[in-house]
Amino acid sequence: MRAADTLMESLKAEGVKDVFGIPGGANLPTYDALVDADFRHVQVRHEQGGGHAAEGYAKASGRVGVAFATSGPGATNLVTAIADAMLDSVPTVFITGQVRTELIGTDGFQEADILGATLPFVKHSFQATDARQIPEYVHEAFHIASTGRPGPVLLDIPQDLSRADIDYQPRTEPVDLPGYKPSTEGNIKQIRIAAKALANARRPIFYSGGGVINGNASEELRELAASDRFPVTSTLMGLGAYPASGDNWLGMLGMHGTFTANWAMDKADLIVAIGARFDDRITGKLAEFAPHAKIIHIDVDPAEISKNVGAHIPIVGDVKLVLPKLTREYRALQTDSSRLDSWWNQIRGWQQEHPLFYEPGKDGEIKPQFMVETLHKATQGDAIITSDVGQHQMWAAQYYGFDKPRRWINSGGLGTMGFGLPSAVGAKVACPAETVVCLAGDGSLIMNVQELATCVTERIPVKIFLMNNGYMGMVRQWQELFWDRRYSSVEMGASPDWVKLAEAFGATGMRCESSADLEETMVKALETEGPVLLDVRVAQEENVYPMIAPGEAARDMVEAPRAVR
Amino acid sequence: MEAGTPQVVKLEDLHLPGQLTGRKHILSIQVENKPGVLARVAGLFSRRGFNIDTLAVGPTDDPSISRITLTLDGAVHPIDQVTKQLHKLINVLKIRDMEPDETVAREMALFKVSSAVENRAEIIQFAEIFRAKIVDVARRTMTIEVTGSADKIEAFERMIRPHGLVEMVRTGEIAIARGAE
Repeated sequence: MRAADTLMESLKAEGVKDVFGIPGGANLPTYDALVDADFRHVQVRHEQGGGHAAEGYAKASGRVGVAFATSGPGATNLVTAIADAMLDSVPTVFITGQVRTELIGTDGFQEADILGATLPFVKHSFQATDARQIPEYVHEAFHIASTGRPGPVLLDIPQDLSRADIDYQPRTEPVDLPGYKPSTEGNIKQIRIAAKALANARRPIFYSGGGVINGNASEELRELAASDRFPVTSTLMGLGAYPASGDNWLGMLGMHGTFTANWAMDKADLIVAIGARFDDRITGKLAEFAPHAKIIHIDVDPAEISKNVGAHIPIVGDVKLVLPKLTREYRALQTDSSRLDSWWNQIRGWQQEHPLFYEPGKDGEIKPQFMVETLHKATQGDAIITSDVGQHQMWAAQYYGFDKPRRWINSGGLGTMGFGLPSAVGAKVACPAETVVCLAGDGSLIMNVQELATCVTERIPVKIFLMNNGYMGMVRQWQELFWDRRYSSVEMGASPDWVKLAEAFGATGMRCESSADLEETMVKALETEGPVLLDVRVAQEENVYPMIAPGEAARDMVEAPRAVR
Repeated sequence: MEAGTPQVVKLEDLHLPGQLTGRKHILSIQVENKPGVLARVAGLFSRRGFNIDTLAVGPTDDPSISRITLTLDGAVHPIDQVTKQLHKLINVLKIRDMEPDETVAREMALFKVSSAVENRAEIIQFAEIFRAKIVDVARRTMTIEVTGSADKIEAFERMIRPHGLVEMVRTGEIAIARGAE
């Protein structure tokens, strides 16, 4: 069988139903084989878009996302998506064409050392040197991408190898890699110690991260939190694992987290970090982070434990397996939950004194926070929301109130502007029955706007709600607050005309400029068939608050200035 | 009560283990003998800001496995974090942080020394004391092979340098555990 056909067979054997990509010279054999493959190929308009679509697909569904690209520029266009998938631990397999074996190393046409270029941010990578490796590497790539701490795997296939004929036997035995054995169970002794520490904690807090989403452990987290009145906060990546409408929810923590979440971390005596990695956007000034707390750290990746913040009780394992054990051990101790009364009094006090706050817009002006609240209403809080990177992303995280996992899809680690639209494409392909809204920023949307063509031609009806403030808002905010308001290259001007642009692509374009019409317009956009771009003109110089200034301690976070207190 | 789990865990009794050991570490790393493995290991060190003091790579008795021996300073780097990051590389099979007392470590160095007729005898004498071998003699230089611990090689260097060290090359340490293991 031709090796390119074995590639399709092995992808099918891995359960692949959809892939994203663009053909080119070096992956012609792959695309020829694709004609007869029985899974969907979404022809994107830029390889970066294909990469982010694969990520959106994986984040929405939990299944491995797959993207194809050709050699050289096709492959290098994937690099941002690969780095993004690495930092957010997204299970993805990227399959690139490479120049013919005899040309490798000669600077041949469209040759780029994509293996070398991506080495720092792949979970693993393969370059086939023998056609028989191709199906084998596919299975290994899927195994590595989807188990342990998920991540991107690159498979680079020289063109001559994918044309070669090979003997092909479908693989029957599971993949076994001698150097790759993730620990999943969690050491039961450590779990017991953790349960007993929790039983003695007076000011405990759960700090949950993207690992709980990736590990499909949302139910398990809710069970554990319900074992006692444990306060729960989460990172940007972990939103939805614990419901925002839940009793124990403190809101997101970190740079733009709630006052309550950050102060609770600061005053806690025991932090239970669950699938989270103490990123600098969470800790603020590291030396002053959570000065009173002992740390229980649960993560499937042992290298995360004590990387940034030392763990007193490390537990290496899959959160889905560890959390139920911790719940069982904790419940067996039958602790008196009244010990948490004064902690909750303190927390409720912070919540009352320092809620999320913004000055409402006057005279029909649309405040960006209001736009997110309206989006929640218009979608009944039950859409898959993707976002770009910047202010709108933070407001969505603060105000949408995610109640379910895999409903919030954004680029947290790498912070990739232009992520929103292509990831919405991927999410919609993965979950066609769900409403998928890309909450975009005007600085970001233009970066991958070509994927509107994908939405139209591939009939992927995503709704793009553009929070248009005419600025690269987050950069503007930093220039305002920390660089003496010297605005430098942050204005977006009046270009493009988004409604006309949407129409030029064959999508529906709409605009809203008044808060009174917003909900109605949003509902209309959601009810309109096919892809829609709704240009919402929001207050231009609104800032995201509260905020931990860079390099400051979490407890020194500043809140929105109030016109009238 | 189960062995190893205390009845009560008081938060004030929980402490962090020290991160820095303050001594030199020799890591003996078994890796799959596949293309690009050394680049992955080296790339990891540079990306994470870990400084390698010495590095030696070679085959083992099993042709599918190579061994990378590297030394690094435990006063600067949290060795635990280094080994955990290394373990994340799929091609890394086994890492051993060699215990100094239970390890035989050796390095080889070649010294090219300028040797005028009048100081030749002294250089040869040094070589004998250090059980070094003279492996090449030319009209103006001598090349000496020294094998031993890193300390011994450094001591030899100190002795020979005043005589005019032209060039020196070291292999980096390799190590093996003492005894039956």
